Amino acid sequence: METSAPQTAQKPTRPQLMLADGGLVLEGDFLMGTIESLDLQQDAAEKIDISRVGQLDTAGAWVVVTLERRAQAAGLTPQIIGATSLQSDLIATIRRNMPDADVSPPPTPTISDRLEQIGRRTVAGLRSTMEMVGFLGRVVATIIGLLLRPQRIRWTAIVHHMQQVGLNAVPIVSLMAFLIGVVLAFQGAAQLRQFGAEVFVVDLIAISILRELGILLTAIIVAGRSGSAFTAAIGSMKMREEIDAMRTLGLDPIEVLVAPRVIALILMLPVLGVIANFAGLFGGALMSWIELGVSPGVFQSRLISNTDVSHFGVGLIKAPFFALIIGIVGCYEGMQVKGNAESLGSLTSTSVVLSIFLVITADALFSIFFAILGV
Amino acid sequence: MADDPIISVRGLVTSFGKHTVHDGLDLDVRRGEIIGIVGGSGTGKSVLLRAVVGLLKPVAGQITVFGENVRDTNAEDYRRLRKRWGVMFQDGALFSSLSVQQNVEAPIREQLDMSAETRAALAAIKVRMVGLPDDARPKMPSELSGGMRKRAGFARAIALDPEIVFLDEPTAGLDPIGAAAFDELTAQLRRALGLTVFLVTHDLDSLHAICDRIAVLAEGRVLATGTMAEMQDVDHPWVQAYFKGPRARAALAQKESL
Ligand SMILES: Nc1ncnc2c1ncn2[C@@H]1O[C@H](COP(=O)(O)OP(=O)(O)O)[C@@H](O)[C@H]1O
Ligand SMILES: [Mg+2]
Repeated sequence: METSAPQTAQKPTRPQLMLADGGLVLEGDFLMGTIESLDLQQDAAEKIDISRVGQLDTAGAWVVVTLERRAQAAGLTPQIIGATSLQSDLIATIRRNMPDADVSPPPTPTISDRLEQIGRRTVAGLRSTMEMVGFLGRVVATIIGLLLRPQRIRWTAIVHHMQQVGLNAVPIVSLMAFLIGVVLAFQGAAQLRQFGAEVFVVDLIAISILRELGILLTAIIVAGRSGSAFTAAIGSMKMREEIDAMRTLGLDPIEVLVAPRVIALILMLPVLGVIANFAGLFGGALMSWIELGVSPGVFQSRLISNTDVSHFGVGLIKAPFFALIIGIVGCYEGMQVKGNAESLGSLTSTSVVLSIFLVITADALFSIFFAILGV
Repeated sequence: MADDPIISVRGLVTSFGKHTVHDGLDLDVRRGEIIGIVGGSGTGKSVLLRAVVGLLKPVAGQITVFGENVRDTNAEDYRRLRKRWGVMFQDGALFSSLSVQQNVEAPIREQLDMSAETRAALAAIKVRMVGLPDDARPKMPSELSGGMRKRAGFARAIALDPEIVFLDEPTAGLDPIGAAAFDELTAQLRRALGLTVFLVTHDLDSLHAICDRIAVLAEGRVLATGTMAEMQDVDHPWVQAYFKGPRARAALAQKESL
């Protein structure tokens, strides 16, 4: 079979455009890789002679048709002469498929476009806040429904997620808390030594870790670890239409996918918080001993006598709320994934940023609340 | 030169772990033909395609395309070879973060030094050639139907005016009208661009309508090659069942009634 495509890999000759006796003459190989050197801003001509063209591909044919269109725009009726039958077929195909309008980039946005965009974003933001609150309501209702009918609870799934979000996070959470304890002791020591009040380092470490840092930093790590994993897992199921398949089988995705994850988080985050508290106190005690010579015995007795157990309670009471925030945000963003991989990625990062932000906001609200209560 | 096969596979062996997919497979593809590769699910049609385009290293055997050995090329030669063929994967494999227009421009942008306007104009022509409307160009792949995604994948495969296009089950999952239109498109582009088409398919209608020759894959080898008529006489149970089953008769009857 005869073809118009280049038959061999020999080097193509440079294409040229010339004006000769009232017509345009094309010479050389007009190919994808060669036409870039041409200047198409030619004067219009009645004739376009391509008899001296060697190889011609779609790019070359596009050049011919573009020249023809320029001539037509100038009011002429150009003729293409010297084309082989294959070449004229190809040129006809390109002529038929050339878009009428110029393929131009979209216009740059004006100020009113930008204002409109701000408005749309605000409305979209408000709407998604409403939706997320609605989602929270549905999840809480589902969980309460499950508690009323415990035989419907999916224990296997819950235990699986407890392992994922809880047990597997123990090493990283305890290492993080240990290091925070070390840093607090080290920094506190430098300040307290100036007043000869070294022993107060115990109060400093105990109160800051038990009340705030232990649970807050644990929640931030869990948001990064598990919140993103929830979004990615549910999002990729959404992408492959698994969620729709579930609905057609009469399964409620909230009951099957969301509730076990949220319940597992609510159960495990307090446990992780306790582990973080112990690891932080241990790190602080170790550093106080090395740096300040506060022996473990002194640390312990001072901890017991001076630190009210309410600090521990204040810290830990926040854990289930943080867990709910992380679980709801992670699962909600996963449910928002649309067809493509791009949206999965961007929603996963949105999920992490949003849940960390909300956890810190909630922590601030708790502080105000406890200050008013005077706890 | 014209009689040399454009693709030639000799003694191809591929395996995944202990599982051997091809065991001494031979195949020739002639320049300018549409060859249909058929075979049951899991017989290694897609793996053969991947081996020929160099995405998968075979255990043994020789694969030459345009007379050059695909296995032993260095990176530079391979880049040069790759420009001369286009591949359309199952379901299009469009880049999901790029619009249709950008998908079709992507190979041009990578391979050639071309101004943005020329590139855009050429890509727009390719989008039209595969039968997509102009307003499909700014759309993202997730906004397209399955058939449109396949067409866009085809447009990307022919963006650089390749000499060979590899199509992996292009009509699978399309409605019969869409599938017939895709067949017609393949034949028409073959005429316009002088393509050689390596067509992996299950679709008996496509085989009847556009394939010059058919190669049947089974038992790790090419069992038979030949025209549709010659397939009727191959004495092998799978080939008999495939080409003489109820669906094959329906496809044949439909073709004769045209
Ligand atoms: N990446 C892979 N890893 C392991 N096995 C594979 C891989 N790709 C394909 N296979 C196996 O190779 C065989 C042929 O696959 P394939 O070429 O996709 O079949 P088909 O002919 O339906 O396109 C199948 O048995 C499949 O399990
Ligand atoms: Mg396959």
